[in-house]
Amino acid sequence: MTMEIFLQNMANGITLGSLYALLAIGYTMVYGILRLINFAHGEIFMISTYFAFYGTAIFALPWQISFLIAIVLTALLGVVIERAAYRPLRDAPRISALISAIGVSFLMANLGLVIFGGRPKTFYRPPIFQTPIELGGVRVVALFFVIPALTAILLVALNYIVYKTKTGLAMRAAQWDFDTARLMGVDVDRAISITFAIGSALAAVGGIMWGLRFAEINPNMGLFPGLKCFIAAVFGGIGNISGAVLGGFILGFGEIMLVAFLPGLAGYRDAFAFILLILILLVRPTGLLGDKQRVKI
Amino acid sequence: MRLHRRLMTALLCLILVSLCGITAAQRETEIRIGVYEPMTGAMAAGGQMTYEGIQLAQEQRPTVLGLPVRVILVDNRSDKVESATAVTRLIQKDKVCAIIGSYGSALSMSGGPVAQAAKVPVMGCSPTNPLVTLGNDYYFRACFIDPFQGRVMAQFAYEKLGARTAAIIQDIAQDYAVGLANFFKQAFTEMTGNPKSIVAFTSYQTGDRDYTAQLTYVANAKPDVVFAPGYYADAAVLITQARSLGLKMPFLGGDTFEAPEFTQIGGKNVEGVYFSTHYSADAPVTPASEKFVALYKAKYKIAPNTFAALGYDCYNLVLDAIERAGSSNPVAIRDAMAKTRNFVGATGIITLDANGDATKSAVVLVVRDGEFKLVDVVHPR
Repeated sequence: MTMEIFLQNMANGITLGSLYALLAIGYTMVYGILRLINFAHGEIFMISTYFAFYGTAIFALPWQISFLIAIVLTALLGVVIERAAYRPLRDAPRISALISAIGVSFLMANLGLVIFGGRPKTFYRPPIFQTPIELGGVRVVALFFVIPALTAILLVALNYIVYKTKTGLAMRAAQWDFDTARLMGVDVDRAISITFAIGSALAAVGGIMWGLRFAEINPNMGLFPGLKCFIAAVFGGIGNISGAVLGGFILGFGEIMLVAFLPGLAGYRDAFAFILLILILLVRPTGLLGDKQRVKI
Repeated sequence: MRLHRRLMTALLCLILVSLCGITAAQRETEIRIGVYEPMTGAMAAGGQMTYEGIQLAQEQRPTVLGLPVRVILVDNRSDKVESATAVTRLIQKDKVCAIIGSYGSALSMSGGPVAQAAKVPVMGCSPTNPLVTLGNDYYFRACFIDPFQGRVMAQFAYEKLGARTAAIIQDIAQDYAVGLANFFKQAFTEMTGNPKSIVAFTSYQTGDRDYTAQLTYVANAKPDVVFAPGYYADAAVLITQARSLGLKMPFLGGDTFEAPEFTQIGGKNVEGVYFSTHYSADAPVTPASEKFVALYKAKYKIAPNTFAALGYDCYNLVLDAIERAGSSNPVAIRDAMAKTRNFVGATGIITLDANGDATKSAVVLVVRDGEFKLVDVVHPR
């Protein structure tokens, strides 16, 4: 393998890894606050791409506005899902909420099939993101810089919200104990709604980047990215935002390098992700950056 | 309250029983033909196009043996497990006497044994993997098979494009793609006489979206052409990424590239892609082709595609067999189907061989200005 090809593979890894990272943040965020694995995250991601698609394709909006509306609508969708499917189960055992999440995931995937149709749609890709750029033999498109930059900005912004603002304080209080937080005057329901709004907005940003990168969207597209980002989040230490970014990058790089070094095994790259999950669960169940499990009593 | 509930239960039972009675009574008044096709999932376009052709054929020929034909569609969701379930459902619940389907060789291969065990004949429209009909005397097909298709593309690459080396990127999750990749490899190495003429061979899985690592590997091998058998959406995304990584050589594929989504998703990137398929409206082969093209254009207002044409032919092949069998007995239909000779279809003259396969010519199309243009017709030897 020459240097040039190695660098090209590095670039490929950064592109894929930052995309996984972006999606994993939303996943880990909801888990961090609620201790709920939101299996519907992948489907929220899928629906967000359709919001953006319809904005540009049917309402003929400029892409900037269409993307913005898609993010807002997806955030609202997240809040609605939380209110309808998770809030009634707030005091039920955690497994009930988990099953409810799986139910929401299936419901949305199938609703997507009925409403959007089974055939794939083409996501509008503004040419500005597709500008080819060549750096010393390594070929990328402009999007190569956009996705990691966006991931970094969102990482900083989220850490700020969670650790430096009053809303973040309320979120973290809710994370420890709903009842105690309520006694301290924290509006737990509001904090959770905001968590879902932010988590879903992140899914929408991820969805739009996914659409810009791969051009094709379909109602089943949420499943695998959803699983991969769950793996990335667990790998980095679920609940930890920086960990999710790290996990996403490692997963993206791992997949690319597996194919780069062993092209004969390219068909097994999904298996690689799952083996990674099993290994991390065996060796370090709390993930790379996860702190020791805080068990609520 | 309790009485009320009981009453409701009794009423429901009554309705159910009477419903069963109605379906039982209907059994003799119509001929039921099952269709299992992917209407959703990764192959949805193929299934939907095929079903359009079947619907068109049914409108043209709504009765057989003096009875109305009812076509019952079950979506196999592009999924191998669902596909077997779909066939079971058509046979056990809908009691069909013959089945049409399915786009996607893997889907047909999982539905086939179910139909064989129940002794219900199946007419495949476009599953091209040889294993679909091999060892299954209840499975037939209206299309050519992949040893031929692989050879057609290898020959096209070798003779028309002057290629001496090739790379292969296959969809490893699909029997269709894996089979076709191997037949292409066989034919191409045979033609070049160089066992090392396939300079790169790698895979992906249906639904994967990032192909950059595979393409970087292929780019490094510097092949003259890249053969990438797989389904339309995956292939379009793959070729788009190939172009942005600077791969300029021609990309080649099989009949699954033929879907409007291929050019919609791929846009300018798929210009100049060559693929083989069963039929082109630009090269009508029989009087039936011209009739089909006119009917299709009148109904759907667009130029017809291969899969609609094959769906149209399959419906007529099944009706033809029922007519010759003179009954709706599945075994009798199977025997009549096996004797199909010189059937004039929209996609060509269909004669089924001992395996239940048709021997037909292939066409090679190219994407030009977002449309599929005919470049070559290859006849079987």
